[in-house]
Amino acid sequence: MPMEPLAIDAAHLARRYGRRWALADVSFQLRPGQVMMVSGRNGSGKTTLLRILSTAIRADGGRATVAGHDIVKGRDEIRRATALLAHQSYLYESLTARENLEIMGGAPPTSAALERVGLLERANDPVSTFSAGMRKRLSFARVLLQKPAIAFLDEPYGQLDPEGFVLVEQVIVELKRGGATVVVATHQIDRVAHFADTKLALENGRVA
Amino acid sequence: MIAALRKEFLLQWRTRAQAVAVFVFGATSLLLFSFAIGPNSAALRQHAAGFLWLGLLLSSTLTLSESFHAEMENRALEGLLLLPVSPRVLYYGKALANTIQLMLLGIALVPVMVVLYDAGTTRIPTVLLIIVLGTAGISAPGTLYSAMTSQARAKQTLLPLLLFPLIVPVLLASVKATSFAILGDPMEQGSRWMALLIAFNGIYWSLCGLLFDRVVED
Repeated sequence: MPMEPLAIDAAHLARRYGRRWALADVSFQLRPGQVMMVSGRNGSGKTTLLRILSTAIRADGGRATVAGHDIVKGRDEIRRATALLAHQSYLYESLTARENLEIMGGAPPTSAALERVGLLERANDPVSTFSAGMRKRLSFARVLLQKPAIAFLDEPYGQLDPEGFVLVEQVIVELKRGGATVVVATHQIDRVAHFADTKLALENGRVA
Repeated sequence: MIAALRKEFLLQWRTRAQAVAVFVFGATSLLLFSFAIGPNSAALRQHAAGFLWLGLLLSSTLTLSESFHAEMENRALEGLLLLPVSPRVLYYGKALANTIQLMLLGIALVPVMVVLYDAGTTRIPTVLLIIVLGTAGISAPGTLYSAMTSQARAKQTLLPLLLFPLIVPVLLASVKATSFAILGDPMEQGSRWMALLIAFNGIYWSLCGLLFDRVVED
């Protein structure tokens, strides 16, 4: 029986900022459809790991394949298959919520995505008038529109209210049901633990 | 490409007050340059083209240095780069939008030049064509350098330092071609300067497009 290809196969990943290694010798494998929780203190390397895997930054060492593509040679293919919910919202302040989704190209069903994150009524308001939590919700809508095979969620609970917490969990479960692989970097260990299939704990850039 | 252009026009429309400020700056520059010449109408007319392009060049640094401001807020550019979109499409969208903005500024400054320098001309289509080519020649490298300097603390200083030496040929050709259009061109020399403008545009637009992804990727 042929083996199912891995969603993520990381080996000895490393990245440094100046003289400090933010990530060192991190290896793990993740099968398609799994949810992985990445935990660790501030500065433990969670964000760096997600940014390397989503091709936002390059690794200084090691290798990895994401959705079957090498993170160096297959950046375009990986970007087609993945979506990153980052610390930064990736939003244009002077554009409206709807415009921010529309500039992603094509004619995506922006209204459905806005309704899903509870922002349909504010669709035509500029992002500059949004609270931090609303920006986070809009960033979630951005991820949903990309229909990713692999979603990287960096602190998805950050700045959200209790309703938003529920939304995050619903979205992760929906993504998983749809066959997507989800990597969640979070401090909310108890919340994510009950639906995570696998866990990766980081400490000072290394697997703890 | 259409989505990239639409985004640029939306961003420019939302910050249109800045365009008005840039025009006022350009017009004020032309006024101050005219003081340097004094009330000598022949000298004013002779130097009109040079001052028009200097005013446009100085104003362009204000426009170009701010053109990546929205992209750096919330790391929006990184968000776009992570979509399956070629960085080149983003570059050409922004460079084209910057060209159109500078072109409109140039067109708006022409009447100011005519009034201040008594530099009227009947060759309006030629002047417009020179403005299109000249602003395109400033925008292509200006957009690239703007991306390079957008995260630097001294971007307002760095951008002109990098840009001005590179665009000397475009500036020279634009001034000469405009000058011939205003003062008369019995030997048809203006067309040679315009050919030079077209050649440099070809070089800048192709090279800068190729280099853009190296500038913006990690």
